[in-house]
Amino acid sequence: MESPLDTETAKKMTWFDRIAHPGQFLMWSRYVLLPLAVGSALLFVLGLWFAFFNSPPDYQMGDTVRIMYIHVPNAWLSQFVYALMAVSAIGTLVWRHPMADVSMKAAAPLGAAFTAMALFTGALWGRPTWGTFWEWDGRMTSTLILLLMYLGLIALWRAFDDQLRAAKIVAVLTLVGAINIPVIKFSVDWWNTLHQPASVFRADGPTMPPEILTPLLVMSLAFTFLFGVLHIVRMRTEIFRRRVKSLERKRALEGAKTS
Amino acid sequence: MSAFLALIRRDLRLTLRAPGEVLTLILFFVMIGVTVPFAIGPDKVLLARLAPGIVWIAALLSALLALDRLFRPDQEDGSLRALRHADISLEAVALAKLIAYWLTTAVPLMLATPLLAVMMNMDMALLGRSLVSLLVGTPGLAAFGTFGAALTVSLRHGGLIAPVLILPLSIPILIFGASAAAGGALASAGNAALLLLAGLSLAVTALSPFAIALALRLSED
Repeated sequence: MESPLDTETAKKMTWFDRIAHPGQFLMWSRYVLLPLAVGSALLFVLGLWFAFFNSPPDYQMGDTVRIMYIHVPNAWLSQFVYALMAVSAIGTLVWRHPMADVSMKAAAPLGAAFTAMALFTGALWGRPTWGTFWEWDGRMTSTLILLLMYLGLIALWRAFDDQLRAAKIVAVLTLVGAINIPVIKFSVDWWNTLHQPASVFRADGPTMPPEILTPLLVMSLAFTFLFGVLHIVRMRTEIFRRRVKSLERKRALEGAKTS
Repeated sequence: MSAFLALIRRDLRLTLRAPGEVLTLILFFVMIGVTVPFAIGPDKVLLARLAPGIVWIAALLSALLALDRLFRPDQEDGSLRALRHADISLEAVALAKLIAYWLTTAVPLMLATPLLAVMMNMDMALLGRSLVSLLVGTPGLAAFGTFGAALTVSLRHGGLIAPVLILPLSIPILIFGASAAAGGALASAGNAALLLLAGLSLAVTALSPFAIALALRLSED
């Protein structure tokens, strides 16, 4: 028999509660995961087909321009993931949202990986076009600093035993970092600049021909879907890990009582 | 206000009572200046060209060395908890700590900078520019340092991780600071850098007490 209290709370459950409650999250995320993964895979197939077989080589860079279809999505995600972490950090500090710190923790290594991939593919692309793997140019340097910030955040997560306290402290650092990123970007640009200016998002429309822009957008979407899949998987893993920990603690407590 | 001044006075007195730490700090700072010529060779022209950057790197590293004594002793003897319930807000406590930290690390380093200048073959103009840039920039560095120390106050091994967290954040100050110190042909760009450095340093110092106080509050409960 259900108690009247249960039905009342069930009625009041809004979408916000549904994303806030770890159990609820585990329930619905299971059904989201497969479509998202299939969508990501299809987009990758489509995007890679475009990138390799249905886009022209650049008149200057030749076939190396195809590196861009991997490089730009990773660079986009390196910033998008930090923005997501900053929003999660606000969720942790302001709304005390129980899933926000799980989201923040799950995103940090993914962001670091995408940033590292952006730097790596950038180096591979820079060698044939600029003649160097690394140049202390504004955009590259600020991406490198972003990677260092990701690694610092991960190190701070790992330094704490108590993950709930770690969440709040990491959230403060994430937000301070988010405020600092534009300053770092400005200072590094002021310091040295060589990289080509932004050419996709501009007020007067993209400067790229559509046959290059299409695979680029498809690949960006594919990588973003991939991030969505990995993020949800990591969040689920984190919830399970916390449950295991609390079960272990309960078990140890019972063991201490009986002996 | 008197409580605020008393806090600064307390930290100064604690530091002066055991002056060994400040002397070690100065020693470390000067030692970086001594070891660099061994690494890059005794070429006087080259040394003078690199000098402002080396002075800034030495100041940054020495300041990191002193991070652990910012909140750790207060945390261990419980006075940090008492300060949370003091008459003045935790933000004011953070600012007082920041000022005391700046007075006991940055000011001694600036006093030792002329020694480095002699070893690096800096002329008077370059020394002057370096000192001005340090005077303007170090409050910002101290603010980031205090923030890092506050983040890691509840960690047993916070001394190692705080520098890793704040070094990326301090890069703009390092960029503008070292540019402001550079003389010669770069002097006109240096003046612009000094203004940017001043703006950045003031903004960071003004905003940091809120972040520091927030971190201190969250590390305790």
